[in-house]
Amino acid sequence: MEKNTSCFFSNSSPNLVITCFVAFITIILVRFLYVIYRTGKPLNKRTPQQTLSTLIVLGSGGHTAEMINLLLVLQKDRFTPRFYIAAATDNMSLQKARVFENSLVDSGAKGISAEFMQIYRSREVGQSYVTSVWTTLVATAHALWLMIKIRPQVILCNGPGTCIPLCVIAFIFKVVGIRWSSIFYVESIARVKRLSLSGLLLYKLQIADQFFVQWPQLQRKYPRARYVGCLM
Amino acid sequence: MGEARDGVKVKRVVFVTVGTTCFDALVKVADCQEVKDELYRRGYTDLLIQMGRGSYLPAKSTGDDGSLAVDYFTFSLSIADHLRSASLVISHAGSGSIFETLQLGKPLIVVVNEDLMDNHQSELAEELAERKHLYCSRPLTLHQTIASMDLNSLVPYTPGDATPVAKLINRFLGFPEES
Repeated sequence: MEKNTSCFFSNSSPNLVITCFVAFITIILVRFLYVIYRTGKPLNKRTPQQTLSTLIVLGSGGHTAEMINLLLVLQKDRFTPRFYIAAATDNMSLQKARVFENSLVDSGAKGISAEFMQIYRSREVGQSYVTSVWTTLVATAHALWLMIKIRPQVILCNGPGTCIPLCVIAFIFKVVGIRWSSIFYVESIARVKRLSLSGLLLYKLQIADQFFVQWPQLQRKYPRARYVGCLM
Repeated sequence: MGEARDGVKVKRVVFVTVGTTCFDALVKVADCQEVKDELYRRGYTDLLIQMGRGSYLPAKSTGDDGSLAVDYFTFSLSIADHLRSASLVISHAGSGSIFETLQLGKPLIVVVNEDLMDNHQSELAEELAERKHLYCSRPLTLHQTIASMDLNSLVPYTPGDATPVAKLINRFLGFPEES
């Protein structure tokens, strides 16, 4: 009996492995095409009481100020719990976010449903591209770790490089079925004629569900973007 | 020029800001005699420089000898108070500084940092200058801009609005429209 069983396995196990492998690749491919197809399509209607966990990517310079400007007009009880991520070397952004969240409590919110996290930067300004390969890998691993913890349903970002690993991982999560997220990208108001590198990547790869620009020149150049006027 | 009835000089402060950057070229030129003389000639009494991560230290001055009083600091969590009490703001081309100043309705000269690689900041400054919301300058031409500027010709900036984006986001996520 045993001899037969071992014969069975040794004859068909390469076939079995190959079949499983092909099936796996096919499933991933189908899933990938489905995600591409669904990206950018509005979600089904929901009740106003439903909440969506939200990841907010902050960045040094004007990015955080612009993001907070947007958060002021979003319904805080819908976009909750909120997770703020800023680069590890960015000292002011998380502080500004904390001040913002505290001001919500002061004006009557029930409690803070926000977390503040730092992420390793893929590349510092002026860093050599050679060492950047390693730091980008470290940053991506860190991003994966954070995304697994957060698994957000909504991602808001407006340009800093930190958003790229996070958005790519969000896309992979969609393909693999870990979490479906809606990615909203608002190109910075400082970008009048050319997109930032982050914007260009997300636009070309069609990873963002909605891609907003603040100046008409950009909308003419990038027709899939939505012109929303200046936010500041 | 700037003297009230009871002899107390009315302060007209020029606030220079480089945000969180290092922009020694602006700090240096703001501290140079040509620019300080031009500012004094145009009726300003004080020069306050927020120098950020730069290494050039301006020379402090009390301004008692009929010249500009000069002071500086590196950072503060919010420059809003300094902007509010300024009569003229000279800023690097960062969007945060620019819009914070414009929203307070203060006259603004934006100085573009030519040492930055891939200077996308100049796009914003030039666009807003074209729309006459501010003056745009380079470090070497700052004193000419100050000499020739007509602040009354600046068009007030109407603050932007993030609600269209919020509406689109809510609609996409399937939330019902608010009435």
